[in-house]
Amino acid sequence: MIYRHSLPVRVAHWVNVLCLVILFTSGLGIFNAWPALYRGIRTNFDQPLLAMYATPGADGQPQGVTEVFGHRFDTTGWLGLSSAKNGAPVVRGFPRWTTLPRSLDLAHSRRWHFFFAWVFVINGAAYALYALIGGHLWRNLLPSRQQLGGIAQTVWNHLRLRFPTGDAARHYNVLQKFSYLVVVFGLGPLIVATGLAMSPWIDAAYPLLLDVFGGRQSARTIHFVAAFAFLAFLLVHVAMVVLSGLWNNLRAMITGWYRLE
Amino acid sequence: MKLHRRIDRRRFIAGAAGGTSALLLGGCHRVLDSAESLTRRVQEAVAPRSAVSREYTEADLSPHFKSNGTHDPANPEYQALARDGFKDWRLALGGLVDRPMQLSLAEIRAMPSVTQITRQDCVEGWSCIGKWTGVPLGALLAPLGVQPKARYVMFYCFDTVEGASEPYYESIDIAEAAHPQTILAYAMNDRTLPIPYGAPLRLRLGNQLGYKMAKYLRGIELVESFSLIRGGSGGFYEDNGYEWYAGI
Repeated sequence: MIYRHSLPVRVAHWVNVLCLVILFTSGLGIFNAWPALYRGIRTNFDQPLLAMYATPGADGQPQGVTEVFGHRFDTTGWLGLSSAKNGAPVVRGFPRWTTLPRSLDLAHSRRWHFFFAWVFVINGAAYALYALIGGHLWRNLLPSRQQLGGIAQTVWNHLRLRFPTGDAARHYNVLQKFSYLVVVFGLGPLIVATGLAMSPWIDAAYPLLLDVFGGRQSARTIHFVAAFAFLAFLLVHVAMVVLSGLWNNLRAMITGWYRLE
Repeated sequence: MKLHRRIDRRRFIAGAAGGTSALLLGGCHRVLDSAESLTRRVQEAVAPRSAVSREYTEADLSPHFKSNGTHDPANPEYQALARDGFKDWRLALGGLVDRPMQLSLAEIRAMPSVTQITRQDCVEGWSCIGKWTGVPLGALLAPLGVQPKARYVMFYCFDTVEGASEPYYESIDIAEAAHPQTILAYAMNDRTLPIPYGAPLRLRLGNQLGYKMAKYLRGIELVESFSLIRGGSGGFYEDNGYEWYAGI
């Protein structure tokens, strides 16, 4: 057994799990208030990049439609039109099982989102400080020269679902390191900055935010895409955790102790 | 009898569980709501109240500016005023002021005006850009002699949102009232303010969300606190769970 994850890393990890789940689901709830995305400084209502809505189908029954770059897909039951609590079809972007709260309730989705946005930011900032000052970044996150040299081999091993064992498993492998660096220092700050760019008050004081992201509606679109990038990371991350030893990984992230094989 | 008792107990347990979860949720909401004042304080600390939002050009104007909320107030009093082109409409200004007033549209139009092309962000997520002409609220309030204890400006409206029992209302604080982009607009895109956008006079703010910008104004009142007005949260949407601070 080795002591793999320090206490600050473990606490930050689980707080982050809670934040991501609540921010994602309440974010979908907010999106549902106007389930379409646009490019630019203002909303061009007839030119959405993505839109979810309902329209009468060929049989006269309402149909859920998702429009992506002008291409329309029938997404009845999932996007655009899904079941209300009583089972009746209701026009809404994402279905009720994905949103917080489950009903169409923009006010409360916003309350959840903004509270946990603070938890996310404070937790993320504490973790980043620990990484930078506490040495976590240099010790565990930045790939070594040796790892960078073996990157092709690591990719090949991952594709065959062969994971490091023995001494090599003492550290994050190079793919882990890259994905953690991208998420912590790229995706995290990006989603916070695009979120702030949607605030009219912050825009007034920092118009640079609008220029960087190409306008408030573009910022909203990037915020949405970044949220799904987080979801993609989470899915891959959980898959890797399961494939490379669920209980060993879970114990390590709870108690810190990891068993070398 | 036995059966009855069992049902009662079951009902009691269900009731207790429901009550506990309602309590938990109630406490939960108080905790969640605390983020509003944190956000406001931090935004005030990092972004000065006087910050002026970006002004756009004619080329940026929305070809179709979405009208939200009420599009045409059903209020018969309003309908009668609208039929006469708001000739008899008066804006009542009162509350904690030394000289309450009633102003006609002609009197407001005669005051020095400003024109601004600004973005309006709806709480739902969309944004539109419009050109607004009107009187800065600060200039309108100055001759009233606002008393030092006045902390908020209340706006009372003619319209009632579908399903609501009382007319729309809103509030901002004194600092927001003095902001150069806080104006009472009577024209939009160089035309007399159309009814769907709040004729004859509406509030426009630079740094807040759309629901703060009350349309179809009929009265303005300076108050020390709004806790005893209507639902007590300072506005129609605020009484329905939305934040009073709408800077994000």
